[in-house]
Parts: sequence; structure tokens; C-alpha cells
Amino acid sequence: MIELIAQNPILAALVALVGLSIVFGALLGFAAEKFKVVGDPIVEQIDELLPQTQCGQCGFPGCRPYAESIAAGDVINKCPPGGQSTINAIANLLDVPAPELDAEHGVESEVKTVAYIREDECIGCTKCIQACPVDAILGAAKLMHTVITDECTGCDLCVEPCPVDCIDMLPVAETIADWKWSIPAKPGQMIATDRRGEVSPAVHSEDAA
Amino acid sequence: MSRTWVTPGGVHPPENKHQSLTQPIGQLPIPEKLIIPLSQHIGAPATPCVEIGQQVLKGQVIAQAAGLVSIPMHAPSSGTISAIEHRPIAHASGMLAPCIEITTDGADTWIEHQGISDYEHITPSKLIEMVGNAGISGMGGAGFPSAVKLNPGRQRPIDTLIVNATECEPYITADDSAIRERAGEIVEGIKILSAILDHPTNIMIGIEDNKPEAIAALAPHVEDSGISVVVFPTKYPSGGEKQLIYILTGKELPAGKLPADEGIVCINIGTTYAIKRAVIDGEPLISRVTTVTGDAVGTPRNYDTLIGTPVRHLLEHNQFDGQAGGRVIMGGPMMGFTLPSADVPIVKTTNCILAPSYAEIPDDDPAQPCIRCGMCAEACPVSLLPQQLFWYAQAEEHDRLEAHNLFDCIECGACSYVCPSNIPLVQYYRAAKGDIRKAREEKVKSDHARERFEFHKERIEQAEREKEAKRAARREATQQAKADHLAATANGGAAPSAPATASPAGAVPTSSAADIIAAAQARAAAKQANPEDQRAKLERTIASAEQRLKMAEEKLAEAINEDSGKQDKLSAAVENTRQKLEQSKSKLAELAE
Amino acid sequence: MAFKQVSSPHAHAAQNTSQVMKLVLLATIPGLAALTWQFGWGSFINVVLASVTAVCCEAAIVKMRGRSISFYLGDYSAVVTAVLLGLALPPLAPWWVVVVGTVFSIVVAKQLYGGLGYNPFNPAMVGYVVLLISFPIQMTTWVAPLALLPAGAAHPGLVESLQIVFAGYSPADGVTGATPLDVFKHSSGLLVDQVYDREPLFNQAMFAGAGWEWVNLGFLLGGIILLYQRIFTWHGPVGMLGALALMSIIFWDSGSSSSPGSPLMHLFSGASMMGAFFILTDPVSSAVSNRGRLIFGVLIGVLVYVIRAWGNYPDAVAFAVLLANFAAPFIDNYTLPRTYGHTDRRRATEKEED
Repeated sequence: MIELIAQNPILAALVALVGLSIVFGALLGFAAEKFKVVGDPIVEQIDELLPQTQCGQCGFPGCRPYAESIAAGDVINKCPPGGQSTINAIANLLDVPAPELDAEHGVESEVKTVAYIREDECIGCTKCIQACPVDAILGAAKLMHTVITDECTGCDLCVEPCPVDCIDMLPVAETIADWKWSIPAKPGQMIATDRRGEVSPAVHSEDAA
Repeated sequence: MSRTWVTPGGVHPPENKHQSLTQPIGQLPIPEKLIIPLSQHIGAPATPCVEIGQQVLKGQVIAQAAGLVSIPMHAPSSGTISAIEHRPIAHASGMLAPCIEITTDGADTWIEHQGISDYEHITPSKLIEMVGNAGISGMGGAGFPSAVKLNPGRQRPIDTLIVNATECEPYITADDSAIRERAGEIVEGIKILSAILDHPTNIMIGIEDNKPEAIAALAPHVEDSGISVVVFPTKYPSGGEKQLIYILTGKELPAGKLPADEGIVCINIGTTYAIKRAVIDGEPLISRVTTVTGDAVGTPRNYDTLIGTPVRHLLEHNQFDGQAGGRVIMGGPMMGFTLPSADVPIVKTTNCILAPSYAEIPDDDPAQPCIRCGMCAEACPVSLLPQQLFWYAQAEEHDRLEAHNLFDCIECGACSYVCPSNIPLVQYYRAAKGDIRKAREEKVKSDHARERFEFHKERIEQAEREKEAKRAARREATQQAKADHLAATANGGAAPSAPATASPAGAVPTSSAADIIAAAQARAAAKQANPEDQRAKLERTIASAEQRLKMAEEKLAEAINEDSGKQDKLSAAVENTRQKLEQSKSKLAELAE
Repeated sequence: MAFKQVSSPHAHAAQNTSQVMKLVLLATIPGLAALTWQFGWGSFINVVLASVTAVCCEAAIVKMRGRSISFYLGDYSAVVTAVLLGLALPPLAPWWVVVVGTVFSIVVAKQLYGGLGYNPFNPAMVGYVVLLISFPIQMTTWVAPLALLPAGAAHPGLVESLQIVFAGYSPADGVTGATPLDVFKHSSGLLVDQVYDREPLFNQAMFAGAGWEWVNLGFLLGGIILLYQRIFTWHGPVGMLGALALMSIIFWDSGSSSSPGSPLMHLFSGASMMGAFFILTDPVSSAVSNRGRLIFGVLIGVLVYVIRAWGNYPDAVAFAVLLANFAAPFIDNYTLPRTYGHTDRRRATEKEED
């Protein structure tokens, strides 16, 4: 047998190559098992980045289903509450270019809002309670309802079902506790993407405040 | 003299301290209105305990501490509470915050108060309670409630008490002048602190060498007291708590640790004076020494100022020239913040009001590009790389910022001070810190929302499952009944015992559901059996149906009149109601038979 | 009363970028003076020509971007780049060499990358290397130093120099010559001592090559002034000169025929001092921390020696600086200073664990 192989160069090469591939394949397989990187599955990671408003504006019933859909190859620009920063974060995670927000699903709002129920108009129909994805509305049939504003994600889903239109989405006022400094006007810099004819830095000496 | 250590970095801005030291600490007339913000400290804002129109005496509590980390507020002078509302306060945002306004009566009548002179015989916890009740919070910078800082319950005993008399910011001389004039009382305060902390082995007053008069004033009082006055070279920012601890002990406070974790308590020298007044004289913290300085005021000097005095009052008594300068700063030129208006009040942490002229502090030049010259890194007292932080702050790369220890930045301003390109570095760091904090909060919120959503989903599914189970049970029960019925008809009279035997042994939940159904049926049968009840019910039904019929007919008539196209629907409805009514009537007749 | 609201700090040190740049310009004067004294008007013409070209280029680009020209020219950074390039170019080089190099430095190496503060490579050295590769003959023709001129001959005067530069006149015989580094490059077979004896470039000199030693002393003086003014820290220059000295001591080989030259000659010939104090101290393209700058300097010193001793080019500061520019971000990643309260230095790529 060995003699036969030794005398037949084609056979020898074949045996050598097959042998090598088996050895290296086994080695690689072993390494893949042994040094497996245990990380969050990609769905978890995407879900982490989504804003968890559960608003359904993406067309999915909640953030996690959308995360699953992204993991399966869906586009990443369907989340208006998260806005561009979320799109950028997901693009960064998946290592794909970041698209603009798809306006079809809504626009990114500047201010965060929460729901308020005009309580004297509420008829106690419980429709909003059923609509709320995070159980942030308290109340019982024929009794006035109220929103736990701390738990409200501002998803809007309770506004539509209300038969008497007594739910308002009100902006969350900035308080002294969560006020923060803003990034100053950029120092005079020149990068190709800058708009032409923008005010020269010599002019914008006015401060950010 | 004991050894001192040298911190890295630091700058030497012009000191400008002499201007306000030409005169002793002055006294201002009592302002007409005093505005006391409810939050002058770190922690929960105090809760007001007075009403509008109420008369208060000097030193009376007007707001109580809300929770553990909080301090009460006291009336700085006697008068009437004239408002409890949102007012502009000393905050960089220029936003409004809840305040209590007192219209003073000029009598300045003290409430009855009493101190204790032999504090040595009082338990530390009682002393801490006195400090807390006096509303004392740190008077040097952030305003941390002193009683909390002094409270035991820490891991290790305190072996080092550091009194911070550094006052490294230019212009400010509040502590300097207070030491010159009140050294005795200050040392008395330090002794009280020592008693509270169970006599730490090492008590040091840290002071820069640009205050020789203050050092000399302290000397006779600390003799044989175990307190050492440690003098070190002037450099900004030596007065930061972490920096001072390093200068005096050579120990670095590990990141994220408090001084108490290392057996150190660091307290501002102004606070020790307040503690002395609180314990020995029984007076709450209602006034403090504040420097009024800058070229835009006529006579720079220090004043013993009532807390709540509007800045306007101070400036007006100092020939303030509004045309001379563009900004008014609370605090020093390195870390102070600009005031939105002169209506904001002096608070417990206000050590200086700086009204510089344009010549002293000109408007900022436009920022030039960063050339990474590294002067900022040379000046940084905590060895950060400010130029890198700046790049990452611009690019909003939060991971990188945290990797470069952004949160160890003490915002001292040394980097911006030396920056040849005039870049407002500190503002970048503050903005980036704010963004990161906000992102963290949002992360917590969104995690919470996810949890609630998942629970919600779980609950809905659970309900769905239960409903499904019930439906299945009902189906089975009807099938069973049918089967029984069939069996009964086939077997003749042997039916009644069939359900029990026919039920398979495994269908325990089904059988229980069947029981419920059976019970409901039994109830219905029982009702059926009682004709009185039934008649009453039918009569009610007939009455309401008649009512409905009447209304429907009216509506129909209306619709026909208006020709609104609803006739068909309405007439159908009327017909329907009429039928129902007929049915009920016939049933009643049946029953009557 | 409404007041202006700005972030602290409110006080600023007097120094600004323009002043830093002006100081750098002033500090080149001793070097330029030595060059003019030893090699004639050529370098002076280079510097003026490069500066004018640079300012025009910078203004044109800033204008094209619709920005304030006075604001951007006011930082003097274009002039600094041009002056450094002008000093590095051979005296009496044709005008178009200077212009091409400057245009490349300012337009491509600086502005196309985003302008001041954004260029990853030292613009002057990019321009220099482009010229060296494109026009090797013009770039290696040096003027002979004062001491080596033929008897009775002198460097061309200002007018004559201008004619040589702009009208393409040839300089008189004997005015051009080799540099000390060239000499060593082509002196295989001779002991160092023999080279020193035979070559006029050395036997007319005090310690490192006629004329060149004065030029390097001039730049050393300027550099020390800048160091004293705290324009930069000692780390970069000391790193480079130290490494260069160490390398030349290690490979000195006691002056055998294969020795690449004495430490003194390496330190005081070619662009050593100019490179150490004016080129690698360009903060934009160097490493950022002090430790990083020390490593950056050492890297340049080693590379300079390696290329001089075993490479194809007689001098190597430009190549070494560009190669080190490549490495700067990498060096930065591993040389974060230890922050107060932290036990370890960390790499920039790590995130806080908690």
C-alpha cells in the first residue's frame, strides 16, 4: 500500500493533500469550539440599541420583533423615535453604511413627549389601557384613567383608540436637574463637507449660550 | 513644617487678590427682599414649611430638609413671607427654580436660640444633628450637606481631617479675609469637627503661600492644639479636593472613591466657621463672607452677606458700572459661572461675585483650529489628554471619551486657560458628560420599558392561553353532553351517571371547567324555577324596550322630516325593537298562565 | 440687567496660535542667517519665494471654501510650513522647484486634508519628499560652503542669485558641491580618519563638516529658544537626537572603512538639528502625550540613522518624519498618561470596566 502510494506521484499528492485538509479541518474545528466568542446574539445587541418605545411605527409589534427583522436583513432606518443616532449606532454595530431615516415611518421629533389624559373628559372606556404597550396607564372600566408619566415611552399608541380624544402628547419640560451644556459652535475648521459660504468664524464670535 | 507633594500640571493665572483685601469685611444694609432658593446644595431640595403672609423671625426654619441628603433653610432676617415661587437662581442654565421670598421688616429680630459651649461633653451624633439643623452645606464649592459628610457609618475611622483654606482661584479672598479676622472662631470650629470625628490623628489646614497674613493670623490659635498649618506653593488648581489631598498626604484618591473611604475628611474653612456658629452660638447658616470684586465695581471688598441677598443689592452698593463689562460671574474667573441677571440671590456656596471690565476679561476671540500643541495636557492637573478629549467630544465618540477618563475631569479650566487656539474645551467636556449621562439614563429607561413591554406581552399571552383553555373546555363539555344525550337515548334510563364514567381520567382541568359550567347552568335553572324573579325581569325588559321603541320612533320621524338618508337604518332598528318587545310580552303572557 | 452667558473659564492666558507660529518663525532666524552666511543668498530666496507661494495658495483655497481669508491667514501656519520647506531646499534651486514643492505642501498635504490641525503628515516634509523623488538632480545639487569656495571666488550676489533661480543661469564653477553626508555615502574603502584628512569638507571644519556645523548650531540655538519659551517640550527633540547619537555610537565601529560616520557628524550634519527642533515638533502630525512624543522622537532618530547608514539617500529626516507620522496614532494608543486616581495607564481602545 505505502509502496504503491510512494511510487505513484499523483496518488501521493492526493493522499498528502487530503491528509492535510483533514488535519487542518480538525484543528480549525477544534479551535472554533474551544475559542468560541460568547457574545450577545445579534438580535439582543440590536434590541439594546432600539429605544424601546414599543410604538410600532416601524410596522412591527414592538422593538424586539423589529430587531429580529433587522437581524434577518431588514433595513435599519424605520425607527423614528430612535432617530439618526439609533440608525448610526446600528449601522456601526452591523458595519453597514448608515442611511437616512425613512420618512415613511415618521419623522424624528426634537422633543420627547409623554401622554397626559385630560381626566375630567375621560369616560373610562379602558381602550387606552389595552393599547399601552408598557402598562403605563392606570384605571378601571367607567373610572377615570391616568398615565404614569415616568413609565410612558411617548409611543402615541393610546391617542388613536381614545373615543373622546382626551389624550394629549405633551413635551417633557427640561428641568434644572437635567439641563446640560451644549457643544459650542465649532471652531474655525475646514472640511470638505462644510457648506460653502457658511458664516466665517470671525463673525460667529457670539457664544453658544 | 510638614512635607507637601506637587501635583502635575496647573497654571498660574494673575492672582488679582489684593484689590479686595484693602478693607476689612463689611456689612451691607438689609435688602428689602431676600430670595432663598430651596436647592442650594447637593441632594433633595428643602420642603417649605411656611405660608405666604406668615411672619418669620431671623433664624427661623422656613424650609425643612427633605430626606437624608438635604438641608433645612432658615430666614436670614425677620420679615414676612411674600412669595413661594420659581425665580432665577445661581445656575449656569439661567433657569428658574423654586424659591421663598421674604420681605424684610428691617428689625432683624432673632428667633430664640441657644448654643452649647462645652461641646466636648456632647456626643458626636448630637453635634452632627446640630450641624444638620443649622442647614450647613459645604461652602467652598459643590455644597455637599456637612452633616452627611461627618456622619459615621463609614468603613474605616477618619484619621485625617483636612481643612481647605487654599482658595486658589484668582480674585477670591473670602476665606483669606475670614481667616484674618476670625481665626479664633475658625480654629474653634476645627476643634468641634475634631470632636465629632473622634479626634483624628492628623489635622491639617492647607493654605497657599500667597496668604501670609492669614497664615500669621492662624499661628497663635493653633499653638499646642495638634492642628498644623501646612503652607504650599501657589498654583491653580490646588484647592480641588483631590488635588489638596494629594498635596498634603501624597495619596491619590482612587477613582470613584470618596475621601471618607480613605479615612479622610476634607472640609472648607468657611464651613468650619459656620459649624462654630451653629454649635457654640446656636445660629443657623444665614450669612457668609462673599467677595465683590472686578474692575466694574467701585470698591472691591468682602462683605458678610445674608444668604438670599440679590446680587443687584451687592452691586448697587458697590458703584457697579454696567457699561464697563459684559458679564457678571458667580465664583472665580476659572470655574465660576455667568449670571443670567442681577436678580439671582447669594446662596450658601457663593464665595465671590466678580464683575470684570472688558479690559480684565475681554469677550472671547473666535476659536481657531486645534493644532494639538499639547499645552492643555501640560496644564491638566489630573493628567488627561484634553486635546484628544476635544476631538472625541466633537465627534461624539462616547466610548473613546470614557476610555480617556473624561469623568475624571474636574472642569478646572486650566486647559482652556492655556489653549492658544481659544477653544472652549471645558464646555465641550461638560456637554459630552451631559450627553453621556443622558444616554445612560435613557438606557436605564429603555431597559425598564423593555421589561415592562415583555411583561405586558407575557400577560396578554397568558390571558389568551387561559381563554383558549376555557373555550376548549366548553367545547369538550358540549360534546360530552351530546354524547351523554346520545347514550341516554340509546340506553334508555341509565343516563344520569354517564358523565362521571365517560370522562377520561386525564381530563382533570376539563372536568373542573365542566363543573363550573354545570354550576352556572344550575344557577340559571334555579332562576328559571322562580317565576317571581322572572316576571320582574321581563317587566323591566318590557319597560325599557318600550322606552327605546318610543325614542327610536321619534328619531325616525325626525329623520324622515329632515330626509337625512338614515330612514332605512332607523326604521329597521324600530322594527327590531318592536319585535323584541312583542317577544317579551308574549313570554310574560306565557308566564302568567 | 441682562448679562452675557458663557462657560468657564473666563480668564485666558495671553498666548495664542498666531503668536506661537510667529515665535517659531523668529526662531528660524539663526539657522537662516547661518545658511545665508555659509551658502549665499539661495536659502533666503527660497524662503521668501516659498512664503509668497504658500500665502497665495492658502488664500485661494480659503476663498474657494467661502471662509474668512484674514482669519485663516492670521494664524501664520502657512508661512511656517513654507519657511521650513524653503530652509530645507538646496540653495539656488530653480524657482519652479520651490513653487511646486510649496503648492504641494499647502494644497495637497495641508488643505485637502482639512487645513490646519487636520493634516496627518508634516506638510513641509511631504513637499520635500515629492520634490526629492521627482527632481533628484535639482534636489541634490548643493552649494559649496564658504570655506570650500575656490580661491578668489565668492557666492553669487543677490542679483546674480535671482538670475540663477529665475532665469536658469548656471552658477560659476566650484560654487556647487557635495554635502558631508554625500561624502560619507560614497567613501567606501577609506577609514574615517582618512576621509577626515582628505576631504576638504572635513579638514576645513571644526567637528562635523564645513558650513553645515554652523547651520546646525544656528537651528540648535533657535530650538533652545523655543524650548525656553515652552513652545514645545523637550521630549521629541531629545528623543530624536539621543537615538541618533546612540545609533551612531553603536555603529561607529571605531572609524573603520565601513563606519557610517561619527556621532558628532550625524548630529551636526544635514537636517539633524532642524529636524529635531522644527520638523518633528510640529504638534499636528506628531504623537500627543509626552511619553508618546519621546517615543516618536526616538523612532525618527533611529530611522534617520538607518536610512543614512544603509539606505539609498544621504539624508533622511523627511522620510523618517513621514514614517513616524504614520506611526503616531498607534503610539498614541499605547501612551495614555496615567490619570489621577487610576492605578494603571490604559490603552485608548479599552473601555472603563464596571
